[in-house]
Amino acid sequence: MKICWFHLMPYTDLPEDFQQKHNSVWVDIDSRLFDPKRAHHMYNDFMDELEFAADCGFDAICVNEHHSNGYGMMPSPNLIASTLARRTRDTAICVMGNSLALYNPPTRVAEEFAMLDCISGGRLIAGFPVGTPMDTCYAMGQNPSMLREKYREAHDLVMRAWTEKDAFSFNGRYNQIPFVNVWPRPVQQPHPPIWIPGGGSIETWQWCAEMDYVYAYLSYFGYKAGMETMQGFWSEMKRLGKDLNPYRAGFLQFVGVAESHDEAMRIYKEPAEYFYGRSLHVDSPYAMPPGYTTEETIRRKFGSQVMKVATSGGERMAKVATDIKFIEDEGYVILGSPDEVAEKLLKVAREMNVGHLMLLLQYGNMSKDLANYNTKLFADKVMPQLRSLFDDKWEDLWWPKPMPKAERAIPARVTREAAE
Amino acid sequence: MSELKERTVTVNGVAARVWEKGEGTPAGYFPGYGGAPRWHAFLDALAAKRKVIVPSLPGFPGGGLGHLKCDSHLDWVIACGDLLDFAGLSGGDLIGVGFGGALAADVAAIFPQKVRKLALVSAYGLYDDKDPIANIWAQRPGAAPKMLCVKPERFAELTAMPNGYNPVEWRIEMIRAAEAGARLLWPFGNTHLDRRLGRIKQPVLLLRGSEDKVMPASYQQKFASGIGANAKTATIAGAGHLAELDAPDEVARAILGFLD
Repeated sequence: MKICWFHLMPYTDLPEDFQQKHNSVWVDIDSRLFDPKRAHHMYNDFMDELEFAADCGFDAICVNEHHSNGYGMMPSPNLIASTLARRTRDTAICVMGNSLALYNPPTRVAEEFAMLDCISGGRLIAGFPVGTPMDTCYAMGQNPSMLREKYREAHDLVMRAWTEKDAFSFNGRYNQIPFVNVWPRPVQQPHPPIWIPGGGSIETWQWCAEMDYVYAYLSYFGYKAGMETMQGFWSEMKRLGKDLNPYRAGFLQFVGVAESHDEAMRIYKEPAEYFYGRSLHVDSPYAMPPGYTTEETIRRKFGSQVMKVATSGGERMAKVATDIKFIEDEGYVILGSPDEVAEKLLKVAREMNVGHLMLLLQYGNMSKDLANYNTKLFADKVMPQLRSLFDDKWEDLWWPKPMPKAERAIPARVTREAAE
Repeated sequence: MSELKERTVTVNGVAARVWEKGEGTPAGYFPGYGGAPRWHAFLDALAAKRKVIVPSLPGFPGGGLGHLKCDSHLDWVIACGDLLDFAGLSGGDLIGVGFGGALAADVAAIFPQKVRKLALVSAYGLYDDKDPIANIWAQRPGAAPKMLCVKPERFAELTAMPNGYNPVEWRIEMIRAAEAGARLLWPFGNTHLDRRLGRIKQPVLLLRGSEDKVMPASYQQKFASGIGANAKTATIAGAGHLAELDAPDEVARAILGFLD
């Protein structure tokens, strides 16, 4: 099984009364709360944490894209990924990903991902999210009724840009480009592995099956809430005649590991309560623009818990969870000693049949020291218990195939002193 | 008054329902947010004096998935021009409310021969940064009816599921209507209609409800200035954005007085 270390890059200094005094962490978050000099340290701490996770032996380090968002400070994950490509050697770099419809023209994504694949020597995982309503429709002004059409067309354009050897003209519904001729090209041929983050839409499952892409369910509400979605995904794969290779899937889970369960409850209480209380304080008007959810998904989900929460009068998008006991009981965060965490994650991975575990080991206002403690303890004592799961039966066909190590560049900064 | 008749026309290869009731010179109705999922009191009040024709706009109730054929504003306006022809409305009078008002105004500007007189009720199409239209697509669940109507129960009645309908499909039809409006006007409702208002040479009545919480009062004046001397304005006291739901008789009286 592959174990990926995921960073959202949350702003860590939201005030204690954020929920009471501010409308939302997303879209209309008050820019006066943002201190660039503090963010300087946050970004550098976060990149240190990602690099530390790579040193600790995680299979991949992951970044993602959000806009006008107080829990996700990466409008451009590619900027972060390019520094990680230089500062890490073997770890896969998962950009999860670029919201294709937001790039005009989308060949920009083909170019930048190809750059990342070249810089990293072929270690890129290319994530193509549609993007949330908050990011795409409200913060970036995309028309919700056209978003998915634009996304699909952008996907087709990027894939052709990577795979066709000769320049071509693209006469699409939303993009017309006289010369598509991406330069550079990705190291991984015909293209880097494609992972699709999704929120449970049946069309996305079908599309992942058709295209042979990884489906990654990125929910902040843990394994209990995610089970229904992943079961739906696998029954659709079965219906479509696909094998049940667990590496077709990824799943996001928050984790806090310590020497004991009590200790985990104590030390992760503040960052977990910060994340679910402040970081997920999202106002409901931005969650459901008409047309964002497809009619087929509405048909399937009508009556389900998901739709009830999403459409209930005035209820917040996130369940407001400000108590660590509730957070743990609901499965949002898995907390415990290394053995307890390993046992739970093995159970989750088996029951969900998920080969790519995407872990959030830094969340909320967690300090770098605590994030690194969580990361190291996990790597030392939990990871070895998970590693071999699935590998006796299944091959990960969706993992980067980098250049042989001996052929890869070693970033070597030459100092002026050394040159003299 | 004659019975309500229903027929189907095809626009862009998609079937669109057309309702018709009454006798006399045809008057068409392009509804606002939510479309016209059912015949209502305002239409009856009009049909007492006129042949009222309600063609379903693309994606709005009765309009199927026609909105998905419209990528640009030109696509929308041509589809609506075709609808007038196929529904037997070409050369008749046209009433446009809110979202439908944006389309009715452009049809009148671009295809002047298709519209004799134009009545607009709180029409979209313009946008002023200094006096913005309220964002109907950024409201908490359940808040929209209170923005649209002084009597939100009128909007609830308009969109209530008829007996025997599949609840999932009815809900989808209502969401689709909201989507169609968003496809047409996201994010502000600005179709740059200001550039074309001067082309509207027909007599125009500009109505608004005095309690409209969506469209600020200044927009009525903006329309009037852009159209010129052939436009006149009136206000319906106590009515909201979808004024014809709040005050069906008063709005019908004002419009019939203008059309006659």
